[in-house]
Amino acid sequence: MSERTKVEVTLAVNGRPYRVRVEPRRTLADTLRDDCGLTGTHLGCEHGVCGACTILADGQPVRACLMFAVQCEGMDLRTVEDLADGDRLHPIQQAFWDNHGLQCGFCTPGFLMLAAGYLEQNPDPGEDELRAVLSSNLCRCTGYQNILKSVRQAAEVMRA
Amino acid sequence: MIPWIGQPLPRFEDPPLLTGEGRFVADLTGDASFLRFVRSPVAHGRIVSIEAPEGITAFTAEDLREVRPIRPLLHRPDFRPIEQPVLASGKVRFVGEPVAVVVAGTPEEAEDAAEQVFVDIEPADRVVSAPEAIRPGAPAVHDHLEDNMVVDARFETERVDEVFSGAAVVVDFDLRSRRQNALPLEARGSVAAYDSRSGRTTLTASVQSPHVVRTVLADLLGMPESDLRVVVPDVGGAFGQKFCLAPEDVVTAWVARRLRTTVSWVEDRRENLMSSFHSRDHHYRVRGAFDADARLLAVDADLLCNIGAYSCYPVTCGVEPLMALAEFPGPYDFRTYRVRSRGVTTNTCPMAPYRGVSRPVITLAMERLMDLAAVRFRIEPSEVRRRNLISEFPYTSATGLVYDEGSYVESLDRAVEAVGLEDFRRSQAAARAQGRYLGIGLSVFSERTGYGTSAFAARSMDVTPGYETVDLAMDPSGNVEARLGASPHGQGLETTLAQLIGDRLGVEPARVRIVHGDTDRTPYGWGTFASRSLVIAGGAARLASDRLRAKLAAIASAELEAAPEDIVIMAGRATVAGTDAGIEVAELARLAYHSSHRLAAGMDPGLTATATYDPAGTFSNACHVATVEVDPETGGVRVDRFVVVEDAGRLINPMIVDGQLHGGVTQGIAGALYEEILYDREGNILTTSLMDFLPPTLAEVPIIEVHHLETISEATITGAKGLGEGGTIGAPAAVINAVADALLPLGVEIAEVPATPSRLRRLVSESERNPA
Repeated sequence: MSERTKVEVTLAVNGRPYRVRVEPRRTLADTLRDDCGLTGTHLGCEHGVCGACTILADGQPVRACLMFAVQCEGMDLRTVEDLADGDRLHPIQQAFWDNHGLQCGFCTPGFLMLAAGYLEQNPDPGEDELRAVLSSNLCRCTGYQNILKSVRQAAEVMRA
Repeated sequence: MIPWIGQPLPRFEDPPLLTGEGRFVADLTGDASFLRFVRSPVAHGRIVSIEAPEGITAFTAEDLREVRPIRPLLHRPDFRPIEQPVLASGKVRFVGEPVAVVVAGTPEEAEDAAEQVFVDIEPADRVVSAPEAIRPGAPAVHDHLEDNMVVDARFETERVDEVFSGAAVVVDFDLRSRRQNALPLEARGSVAAYDSRSGRTTLTASVQSPHVVRTVLADLLGMPESDLRVVVPDVGGAFGQKFCLAPEDVVTAWVARRLRTTVSWVEDRRENLMSSFHSRDHHYRVRGAFDADARLLAVDADLLCNIGAYSCYPVTCGVEPLMALAEFPGPYDFRTYRVRSRGVTTNTCPMAPYRGVSRPVITLAMERLMDLAAVRFRIEPSEVRRRNLISEFPYTSATGLVYDEGSYVESLDRAVEAVGLEDFRRSQAAARAQGRYLGIGLSVFSERTGYGTSAFAARSMDVTPGYETVDLAMDPSGNVEARLGASPHGQGLETTLAQLIGDRLGVEPARVRIVHGDTDRTPYGWGTFASRSLVIAGGAARLASDRLRAKLAAIASAELEAAPEDIVIMAGRATVAGTDAGIEVAELARLAYHSSHRLAAGMDPGLTATATYDPAGTFSNACHVATVEVDPETGGVRVDRFVVVEDAGRLINPMIVDGQLHGGVTQGIAGALYEEILYDREGNILTTSLMDFLPPTLAEVPIIEVHHLETISEATITGAKGLGEGGTIGAPAAVINAVADALLPLGVEIAEVPATPSRLRRLVSESERNPA
C-alpha cells in the first residue's frame, strides 16, 4: 500500500471534524487511535468479540474494530474522551468509580460507551435485560459484579 | 483509632482510566516503527531457509547471534535446563514460535511484509501431549533430552504402602486439566527507544516485573544494565502471563539498538492465544487412603505437567510441577504422602504461571478426593472435610510447609450456613423427582501468599525473588511519595499503600503518591505476582513509614518540648498525648528541610526513609460453595449461586478485596466450564480467536456472595494476608463438585476439565448406555 491508495475522509468525532488520509482497509478503531490520537478506544481482540473498542456511531454502540474509517463519513461518532463534561465525570464514569467497576481499566472505555449508548435509549432497564446487554463485552478483572452494580447506579442517577 | 485501614476508599488509579487517559503500551508507540514477528506454522521441524524479498527489513537468528538464549535455571538434580533462542535457531519447536522479525512504518505494512517472508521448514515428528512425550521412542523436543523430561521430582514419607494396605477405604481417580490462557484483555507489547545521546535504551513494556526484565535484557543482550531503563505504563491485566520474559521484548530492544531508533511490538489476540504463554495442562492420578471414620491417612499422587516447548524465565517450567508437589496436601491433615511430579516438554506453546499456578488443579484434585470419599462413606461432603481439615496452628505439612493461623473449619461452617445446605438438599431432591439435576459443590483451600526469598530459595531458583523495598519521602509541603519495585496493574496498590502509609504518617491517603513501574525511579524489586504486593510491598511501606514517623515524632518532641513517646501523629497533626499542644505535620516537614539547624544534633535534614521487607509467607484460606443446574440433554451447566467465605487477615480496603475475589472466582468458573486451548494431533493450535477460546461474559457469571473472616496474620507486620489468586484457586473445585453432585444419580465421574457441554453430554450418554 502506498500513499496514493489512501483516501481522504472527514470524521466527526466528539463533535469535532478530523480530516484524515487512510488506507481503505484501516479500521475505524485504528483511525481513531492512530490518526485522530484518541487512544481511549482500546483494542482487545480486533475481531469483534471483546467489545473494548465499543464507541457510539449515531448513538448506537458499535465495535470500532469491525468498521472501516471510510464507512463512517457523515456519522456522529462518540468516544470515551467525550463522556465527561470537563472535570465533571459522566454519571456512568462516576458510578464505575464509586463501585469499583474497573480494575486494570482496559475494557472500561468499551463498557462505558456500551452503557452510555444503551441507557440513553433505555433509561429504566430491567435486571435481565441489563445483564444481557452487558454480556456484550468482556472484562477479565472484575467478574462483572461491580460493572453491573455501576450501570444500575448510573441508570438511577441519570433518571433522577 | 486507625482511620484509613479498613476503609473502602475509591481508587486513586481510576480517573484517568475512566476518561480515556489511560496510557497502555499501544497508546505510546508515537513515531516508532512497527515490528511484526514471522511465526512458525509447524510444530516441529528443521529450518532450511528464511528468505525475505528485497526492500523488506527482516532479522533472523542469524542476525541475533550475539544475543544469548534464554536459559532459566533451578539448581537441583531433578531439573534439567533447556534453552530458548529469542528467535528460532536451526529448529522450530511449536506453532507460533517467532522465527523472524520484520520492521515497517505502520502496523499494516509490517503485517504485509511479514507475510512475504518465506520460511522453509522441514517438518519433523512432534509430540503434543504429555503422555505422548514420555512414551519410549517419542520424538525429542530438545536434542539433549531424549525422554523430554525437564522436571522429575519425587517426595515420599515413610510407610506409604503400609498405610494404603491397611486403609478401610482407598479412593482413586484420574484428573485431566486442559490448557488455559490467562488472557489479559490487553495482549503483550513493548516500545523500545534507543537514545543516541546517552546510549541508553528505554523499553516501555506491558510486564509485571520491570527490574527483572531489565536484568535479563542486560544479560541476554550483553550490555551494562545501567544502559537500560524499563518503564511499565498502564497494564491491561496480566494474571501471570506478563511475569515471565517475552522473547519478543528482547528482540524489540535488540532491533531498537541495532537500528538506533524507536520500534514497537504490539501483540494481537491471535498471537496472544497462540504464542504468549499457556498454563495448567496437567494429567493427575491420585489415590487417597481413609480410615473407617473417613479420616484421610495418606495420599499417593502422580502428577504429569505439559510444560510446552521451552522453560519460562525467571521461575522456570518447574513452577507448576514443583508447586503441585509441595502444596498438594492443601488444608488437610495427613502425614503420609508420596508424590511424583513431572514436567515434560512438548511441541506446544510454553507454560508460565497463571493466577493460582497449579493450585486450581491440585485443589480440584483434593476436593474431588473429599467428595468421592463422601460418596463412599455416604456422608455429607462437608462432614468429610470437617474431619480432615487442619485446626491447630502453626501446622507443618507433610512437605514441611508451615501454615500460620487460619480459619479452615470456621470458613466451611460459615459457608455451609450461608448457602443453606439443608434447604438445598431438599430442593435438590424435589428437583430430581421432576427430572432436574441440581448440585452443590464445596471447595476448602489454603492460599500461600506473601512469601519472600526463603520460600523461593527452597525451590533452588537461580534467580531468587522475594523481598520488596520502599523508598519513602515526605516533601517540604508534607506530601508523601513512595517508590516501589512492586508493579501493580489493576490491583489498586496505589490506593491500599496510600491507606497504609497515610495511617502511619497522619496524612490523608490522597497526599501519598505511589511511584512504580520505572526502573530509573524505583528501588530494585520483583514486581507484582504471587499474591504478594500488599503483604510485601505493604510491609516495606509500613516499615519505612514507621521510620519516618519516628523522625517526625522526634522533631515534634523537640518543638513541643515533650517526650517522643508522648507524641501522637494523626489527621495531619502531631500532638502531645492528653494535651492541646500540637503542630501540623506539614509544618514539621517544612522545618526538616528549611530549618534543619533546629534539628537535634546528629539528625540529617529532610524526611526520607527506606525499608525492605522479606517475610516467610502467610496462608490465606477460604471456602467456596457453588450450586448449579445441569441440563443432561445439552450438557449445559448454569451456576446459580456462588458463595465465598474468605479469610485474608486484616483487610486494608474491603472494596478492593471483594473485587479481587469476584474476578478470581470468575476466572475459576471459566477454567471449570469454558476455557481451553486445543491442539490437533499435528500440533496445530485450534483456538486462536475469542470465538474458540471462550472467556465467560456476564451471562455466564452468577452473583458472587462474599463473606469475610479476619484472622489477623502474625506472620506479616500489617496483619494482612494476600488474596489475589484465591478466587481462581478455589472456584473450579466448587463448580466441578457441584456438577458431579448434580449428576451423581447417573453414576458419572468427571475426570476432565473444563466440563464443557460436549464432555458432559458424552458422560451422560455413556452412563445411559451402561447404567451403573
